[in-house]
Amino acid sequence: MISLSHYLTVAAILFTIGVLGIFLNRRNVILMLMAIELILLAVNINLVAFSAYLGDLTGQVLAMFVLTVAAAEAAIGLAILVIFFRRRGSIAVDDVNRMHG
Amino acid sequence: MQLILIVFLPLIAALVAGLGGPWIGKTAAKVVTTGALFIGAFLSWPIFFQYIGGSAHPTVVPVMEWIRSGTMTVDWALRLDALTAVMLVVVTTVSSLVHLYSWGYMEEDPGQPRFFAYLSLFSFAMLMLVTADNLVQMFFGWEGVGLASYLLIGFWYHKPSANAAALKAFIVNRIGDFGFSLGIFGTFLVFGTVSIPAILAAAPHMAGSTIGFAGMRVDTMTLLCLLLFVGAMGKSAQLPLHTWLPDAMEGPTPVSALIHAATMVTAGVFMVCRLSPMFETSTTALNVVTYVGAATCIFAATVGCAQNDIKRVIAYSTCSQLGYMFFAAGVGAYGAAMFHLFTHAFFKALLFLAAGSVIHAMHHEQDMRYYGGLRKEIPITFWVMVIGTLAITGVGAGPFGFAGFWSKDAILEDSWAGGTVSGTIAFWIGALAALLTSFYSWRLIFLTFFGEPRWGASEHIQHALHGEEDLASEEHGDSSHSAVAPPTGTGGYHPHESPWTILVPIILLALGALLAGEIWHPIFVDPERAPEFWRQSVAFSVALARAGEDSATWVKLTPTIVMLLGLWIAWNNYIRNPQAATRFVEQFPAVYRFVSNKWYFDELYDLLFVRPALWLGRLFWHGGDEGTIDRFGPHGAAYAVGVGNRVTARIQSGYLYSYALVMLLGLIGAASWAIWWAK
Repeated sequence: MISLSHYLTVAAILFTIGVLGIFLNRRNVILMLMAIELILLAVNINLVAFSAYLGDLTGQVLAMFVLTVAAAEAAIGLAILVIFFRRRGSIAVDDVNRMHG
Repeated sequence: MQLILIVFLPLIAALVAGLGGPWIGKTAAKVVTTGALFIGAFLSWPIFFQYIGGSAHPTVVPVMEWIRSGTMTVDWALRLDALTAVMLVVVTTVSSLVHLYSWGYMEEDPGQPRFFAYLSLFSFAMLMLVTADNLVQMFFGWEGVGLASYLLIGFWYHKPSANAAALKAFIVNRIGDFGFSLGIFGTFLVFGTVSIPAILAAAPHMAGSTIGFAGMRVDTMTLLCLLLFVGAMGKSAQLPLHTWLPDAMEGPTPVSALIHAATMVTAGVFMVCRLSPMFETSTTALNVVTYVGAATCIFAATVGCAQNDIKRVIAYSTCSQLGYMFFAAGVGAYGAAMFHLFTHAFFKALLFLAAGSVIHAMHHEQDMRYYGGLRKEIPITFWVMVIGTLAITGVGAGPFGFAGFWSKDAILEDSWAGGTVSGTIAFWIGALAALLTSFYSWRLIFLTFFGEPRWGASEHIQHALHGEEDLASEEHGDSSHSAVAPPTGTGGYHPHESPWTILVPIILLALGALLAGEIWHPIFVDPERAPEFWRQSVAFSVALARAGEDSATWVKLTPTIVMLLGLWIAWNNYIRNPQAATRFVEQFPAVYRFVSNKWYFDELYDLLFVRPALWLGRLFWHGGDEGTIDRFGPHGAAYAVGVGNRVTARIQSGYLYSYALVMLLGLIGAASWAIWWAK
């Protein structure tokens, strides 16, 4: 029987992978975007799991919202990335340091 | 009404010339200021004659309200009595002649409107001082003349030495003024008023009372008089506050004649005479006045003997003559003090202006060692200067005498006749100073006008000869010539007599020096006539004047004898045997050095006050300001901000992931806090 804790464990693992993907990834920004998607997915799993566990649909509705936002975010993120590549000719993470001022 | 015109016309003229100078042009500025003073002079003499004739009574002309504060009432009001009338005549006459003289003397100066505006401003302040009805108004005039003196000494502001001299005059006078203002405060404290007539009326009742001062019980009147006298010492250049007067010679010569000989420096004497009923209540204060006056008298006379700069000789002479006036006031002979002030104004202004004429002729060479033989080149200047010298040395016998003869004799007779210890000491010192006066005055004449011409070696004459323009603005105070006597010779230069604007004032003043004593000695010092003239405006002592008249023949002859002796010494050393003076200097080098360095007063003050003050200033500057306030204040704060900036700038890597990491750590921290501690 798959219990709530199994879901939560998977979600936690996914979340951790996502977070580590952001920090440890030195190659390119697309991987960073994907890591963010992973974090959002982990959150979604949590939402759905709790929703089923508590018998409250609100969590699932919220999960739908998260998916929408994630899709929009991915679209915008990729668009920014394309423009960024055109200007800088690179999407390596180490080159993205314009915030240094 | 006349009085208001006399006092305020110079102020209006000063404002017009000073503020409007660039628009109305220099000629208009000169006409306005000179005209104002001449009108003043023409209005002043009739007032003086009214007082001589006995037809005028002391009056007070109110001008306007000034200060009303609690029990203190101070109004602008012009006081007119015999004492004021004398000062009015002196101030307006000398001032108007000096204005006229400056037309010629300052001819080539670019700053003439400013110069004439300052002169008129000075005249206004001086008139305000002598007409003051209360001590605060007198203090206003007192400070006004100090300001004008400062501005005029530093008139050639591009000369560092003139600026230094102006500052010195101002600062030394601050010491005196501090005493004066303390005196005014004390007077108000004791009498509850600053009105001069009220104070003088109340003063005898306060004699013998005591007051707490600096933790001691002291005699009230002695304290007040001494504090006020400190002010007089500063303004009238008495020991030990005399050091500014010789340096003030950095100013243009007309300024020296007007301010530093005839009028401003006599303000102290005037003040003591004005407050004479107050000084009469304290024997101690009068003794101090006598001793200070006598000490200055002899000190300045000795220094005057060893100066080579023509203006400095006359400056020390002024200092010495002021000493005479003070000890005359100190022994109670206020009439004689005012008389000497009156005659001195004529002959000393004459000597200064004539010296200015010599300087003008000699292209601003002021060192007498480079003069010689000038009597044939500039005869008019020579003759008026001789008259001035006859007046200052007190030449006269029987019915006729030059101005100084009458006043100096009156002073010496009265100090002997007073019979007090201080008076007797003052008499002997005064007699000795009269000898020195005669010596240095004739030395000046002999060095300047007699002997061989020696100006060929003068740098100024060389400048003039070789076309390097050396304008009026280049008057040199301290010549850096070597001590050895320059070679004789004219160097091909022939001095020219000055223009009429210079000659007319000195000829008029020469008339004053010739006749002022002769005509007016009865009304100033005569035991019968003087009381009618003064009428309580000074504490004139008939008994003392009578005793002076009746003093022994040898007392009366002493001034004449020492005068002749001084003349003989000067003649012997500079005409008969020109090497005698040099030989004396070689035989007694220590005496010469001591005297020619002005008794080392400047060095002493430098050591006692200037250096400690500079040291203390540096300590506060480097240690206090830079080391403490700046270090921990602005500089410290700026440094801390810089360090903080560098540290925080290092955290800002610009990499997205590091920001995200910090954000995450923060989130974890906040969440942990929320879960575990914030229950």
